Amino acid sequence: MLKIENLHVNIDDKSIIKGLDLEVKTGEVHAIMGPNGSGKSTLSSVIAGNEAYEVVKGKILYNDENIEDLSAEERAHKGIFMSFQYPVEIPGITVTNFIKTAINSNLRARGKKEMPANEMLKTIREKASLLEIDSKFLSRSLNEGFSGGEKKRNEIFQMAMLNPTLAILDETDSGLDIDALRIVASGVNKLKNKDNAIVVITHYQRLLDHIIPDYVHVLQDGKIVKSGDKNLALELEEKGYDWI
Amino acid sequence: MAYTEEELKKELEQQEYQYGFTTKIESETFPVGLNEDIVRSISKKKNEPKWMTDWRLDAFSAWKKMEEPEWSNVTYKKPDFQAISYFSAPKTNTKYKSLDEVDPELLKTFDKLGISIEEQKKLSGVAVDIVMDSVSVATTFRETLAKDGIIFCSISEAIKDYPDLVKKYIGKVIPKKDNFYAALNSAVFSDGSFCYIPKGVRCPMELSTYFRINQSGTGQFERTLVIADKGSYVSYLEGCTAPSRDENQLHAAVVELIALDDAEIKYSTVQNWYPGNKHGKGGVFNFVTKRGLCHTNSKISWTQVETGSAVTWKYPSCILKGDNSIGEFYSIAVTNNYQQADTGTKMIHLGKNTKSTIISKGVSAGKSQNSYRGLVQIGKRAENARNFSQCDSLLMGNNCGAHTFPYIEVKNKTAQIEHEATTSKIGEDQIFYCNQRGIDVEKAIALIVNGFSKEVLNNLPMEFAVEAQKLLEISLEGSVG
Repeated sequence: MLKIENLHVNIDDKSIIKGLDLEVKTGEVHAIMGPNGSGKSTLSSVIAGNEAYEVVKGKILYNDENIEDLSAEERAHKGIFMSFQYPVEIPGITVTNFIKTAINSNLRARGKKEMPANEMLKTIREKASLLEIDSKFLSRSLNEGFSGGEKKRNEIFQMAMLNPTLAILDETDSGLDIDALRIVASGVNKLKNKDNAIVVITHYQRLLDHIIPDYVHVLQDGKIVKSGDKNLALELEEKGYDWI
Repeated sequence: MAYTEEELKKELEQQEYQYGFTTKIESETFPVGLNEDIVRSISKKKNEPKWMTDWRLDAFSAWKKMEEPEWSNVTYKKPDFQAISYFSAPKTNTKYKSLDEVDPELLKTFDKLGISIEEQKKLSGVAVDIVMDSVSVATTFRETLAKDGIIFCSISEAIKDYPDLVKKYIGKVIPKKDNFYAALNSAVFSDGSFCYIPKGVRCPMELSTYFRINQSGTGQFERTLVIADKGSYVSYLEGCTAPSRDENQLHAAVVELIALDDAEIKYSTVQNWYPGNKHGKGGVFNFVTKRGLCHTNSKISWTQVETGSAVTWKYPSCILKGDNSIGEFYSIAVTNNYQQADTGTKMIHLGKNTKSTIISKGVSAGKSQNSYRGLVQIGKRAENARNFSQCDSLLMGNNCGAHTFPYIEVKNKTAQIEHEATTSKIGEDQIFYCNQRGIDVEKAIALIVNGFSKEVLNNLPMEFAVEAQKLLEISLEGSVG
């Protein structure tokens, strides 16, 4: 589904990713781990299409299509979703209004009709309960005054609503207490199926106790330096990144 | 493509004014220039009684001695008042008993504006008075309203049919010598709307006036007078558009509101005069005086959505004369390209326990300048007066400006005044977040601006809130949403 070949990425002429290869197949869960500054967040932003980052070499293939020239929203329309490490606030726009706009934008882009209001409401309720989200929460302004846990739960709620084919979770565990972590992880697990793929980007191993990866990759200085199964994460936790 | 400031700028520049068409209706236009004879001719043309002619002449002689105000934060070439025609009327009969008599071309214009009167009549329950080139064309629903004793007609008719009411209230809230533009309007106003709600009556529908300048080389000077008698309620909306023209057109309106004891007036404006092209050529000069007088326990609420005009100079105000009276001002002003807006309010607290709320939202884009100017004045006798003001500015790009000029004058120690102000920019991170969820740049900006303006939009009557939201999108985006 996702194939990254010899990727080099710059930001403000500074080289961040320096020759990265990665292949993610349908139905798989991949974890990308690495110390601060290794290029983890850059990788997720580049896949999502943030043009603050410049791809200088290499390609990103999504379902065998080079997505280099696609805008962020076009990538979203094709089913790429990113859960933000720092979700942004949009004052005055409720969670419900935002997700409704997002869903209908995607449907229109795919040449489909907008979702009728009653169906929208039903889906919202259903997905909200999946993440133990209170209905009052849905009428609050998007991310405004949200706690760390609420922000991340809201990200996964949006993922549940948009039902992406490829979900990239960028440091979804940061800022979460243990209960919130469990809720978010169990939400992700319920959304996982044989037709989608999930890339979990994280600094710590603890999220991987709840979302069990098929593959673990270690990212260091812009390259994947080691790959393995879930045991690699445990080993890393024990020995630290210096071990590699 | 990701969103960049450059692209946003380009998009904004490409945006066209949606209502820029003219209608082929023959107009009768007075020769250009202004003197006593012109003032007399306007009055005569409208078959006005002598007291009205004299009132106009008095205003004119005062105006001649006055100078244009220069204190506002706008720069423009002052209009040549001798180069404007002060009267333009569609050349058909200006009086219609029913819509069937209205010139079909004129009706087509309204259709283009998206305010088909027929539809309005059937569907929305809104009574509309349309003022085109300063002449009132049709007032729908008049009979329905008359059952409750409500008067809703053009000001010209009111001068003829209800002279006592007009005489009693006109110029009482805004004296004819109040300021340069109010004096000019008092001398030459060609038409406008008049509304009277009798004691204890709750007006069963929204009243609405639509203004449009069509003829080139003319100014528009309409005058609105709304009187809510004791214990009554009315919600009033005005909307306006003008065709695209290279020259600057002058619009100098006066709106007076009187809320007698226990009455409430809600006055909403959606202002969409032609803002000029992307190089700042043309556009309407919108120099408007609006003020309301509150008697005991009464309430006046101004809500405005200002997206048009090249230059806006406008301060809808409340004089809180009666004890326990309430004044409110909710405003969204959007400026783009070379538009300039200097707008805000004055809340004059004279009575005891008077309250006022000011919520002002300014959105600046392009090379525009957007200023909030407000005065909160607490008089000596205004025990326990309270005010809350909030002024928020949203900037798009690096070439625009947002300014806030709050004035506070307090002469009574029991007053409580709060003032909050914020300035923010639409962030690329906000746009990217929306993009990532599949929402394009235009829609993302619309979402952010709507969210920013929400407190004001919420105060508009339902059916107009949707229109206003659309207008915000159109004003700020490359294409129509």
